[in-house]
Amino acid sequence: MIVAEQKPLEEIKELVGEAQKVLVVGCGTCVTVCFAGGDREAQILASSLRMSSKLDDHPQDVTDLTVQRQCEWEYLDPIGEDIQKSDIVVSLGCGIGVQAIAERFPETWVVPGLNTTFLGLPTEQGVWSERCAACGDCLLGLTGGICPIARCSKSLLNGPCGGSEEGHCEIDPDTDCAWQLIYDRLDSLGKLEMLMKLQPPKNWSTSRDGGPRKIIREDLQLAEEETTN
Amino acid sequence: MTEEAQKTLVGSNLEHVLQNGTFAVTGELGPPQSADGNVIREKLNLLKSYVDAVNITDNQTAIVRMSSIGAGTILVEEGMEPVIQMTCRDRNRLAIQSDLLGAYALGMRNVLCLSGDHQDFGNHPTAKNVFDIDSIQMVKMVADMRDKGLFQCGDEFKGQKPCFLIGAAAAPFADPIKFRPYRLGKKVNAGADFIQTQLVYDIEAFEEYMDKVRELGLHEQTSILAGVGPLKSPGMARYMKKNVPGILVPDKIIDRMSEAGKPWSDIKKEDRTKEDKKARSQAWRKEGIQICVDLIKELQKIEGVAGVHIMAIEWEEAVKPIVEGAGLHPRPEMKTPVL
Repeated sequence: MIVAEQKPLEEIKELVGEAQKVLVVGCGTCVTVCFAGGDREAQILASSLRMSSKLDDHPQDVTDLTVQRQCEWEYLDPIGEDIQKSDIVVSLGCGIGVQAIAERFPETWVVPGLNTTFLGLPTEQGVWSERCAACGDCLLGLTGGICPIARCSKSLLNGPCGGSEEGHCEIDPDTDCAWQLIYDRLDSLGKLEMLMKLQPPKNWSTSRDGGPRKIIREDLQLAEEETTN
Repeated sequence: MTEEAQKTLVGSNLEHVLQNGTFAVTGELGPPQSADGNVIREKLNLLKSYVDAVNITDNQTAIVRMSSIGAGTILVEEGMEPVIQMTCRDRNRLAIQSDLLGAYALGMRNVLCLSGDHQDFGNHPTAKNVFDIDSIQMVKMVADMRDKGLFQCGDEFKGQKPCFLIGAAAAPFADPIKFRPYRLGKKVNAGADFIQTQLVYDIEAFEEYMDKVRELGLHEQTSILAGVGPLKSPGMARYMKKNVPGILVPDKIIDRMSEAGKPWSDIKKEDRTKEDKKARSQAWRKEGIQICVDLIKELQKIEGVAGVHIMAIEWEEAVKPIVEGAGLHPRPEMKTPVL
């Protein structure tokens, strides 16, 4: 899932500024599951902004709505009127949600209420960890299902640096050394010899380094008459 | 000309020393956090004629310093041989290759390929890192430039190739410890001509590592220089043991350091004068140098150890007594590369 964290209230207030009619839009997918931007968080944020604006002596009209998925226009269109009536939208979606609103409603000013942090999973109650860097050329088949791009602090491809100690990364004792995990897993599966192969420099053109990415699936594209119907 | 013969044409002093089978001594010099070239010249005078080549660190511990190649140019001018340290943290494959072309043109002939300390440790922790390639891929890239005349992308060189003696680092005691000799093997297979290890204080643990290295035959394919460094105090020894990954400091070494300062440590803290503290610090440093000398003598006995790499950063004065104490002075006459 996409994991995000709410921005500090002060920062959101700063972004909202003097706007009179404020709409907080939550998202019912990833950010709901990571307790950052779902219906509940949208309600709490709206109420915090209302109270805070009253305390600051310029009460704002703050309402909230949550859609199933902010990252698809078809879910945003039904609340289009609410969005267009607002002076400002605070999106509690990930960065994709914020941009989906900006793109679909060019007249409306939208600001982010979250910091989109990473692609990861909950590893225990209240803890989320990064797992994927979306590099566009998956290497997990070479590393026993543990990603060194996302999980090694230096994204090394040929084994651990000298900073691996007792399973931890030298940058932080709370961070696992990805290469220790890879080593242990390949060892337990009898596949250590896979680590002996020299991995060549990675082709980063499939990642963000190659510029903004787009996938076009012609087999799924609608023919022109279908799109205009 | 065979590929093997081509590999010996780097022409550096370090290569010459290693090929002659002389027990090599390299030193280390940390450039200043300023643009003052005289700092390099002063430090250099403390190392000259005591080491065969001098590593110039590359923004070590991720703190901005004068560039390795910039400082290396001063060494070349002064008739000393640099080992350019090059990290993957600050440069992508374009910048590494380009910098090495420049370094070669300026007379540098040795490079040490490193992944580099994470920027989180240094004075610009909010920086973006690069890590386009890793240290092993860098070794291979530099070897391919020299041996195959190819840029990393596969394009052929049209003019002079950069021919470097290629070094890599090894951390014999870092985790997963069983993988360490094999990781060394990967570096050797990628083309590392010489290896400089992390600081060795635990001879027994290093002997075990070298047993495995010899079993894999790696000592015959590369020159292994064991890392050594003088301790300044028992506190420094304890700090390294506890906080620096991949460094083992046996208690007997910490005890030797403590013992050396005992006459002054025994004085009650409130009665200890400035002079006492100074005398204790001197006694510690003297013992630190002696421990280093003793370690080198032990390392010389280990089959497959081709030399030592003395890391006395910010204490370059220690190199002379260490090299003399270990009976490694005078050094072979400096052979300067033909430019």
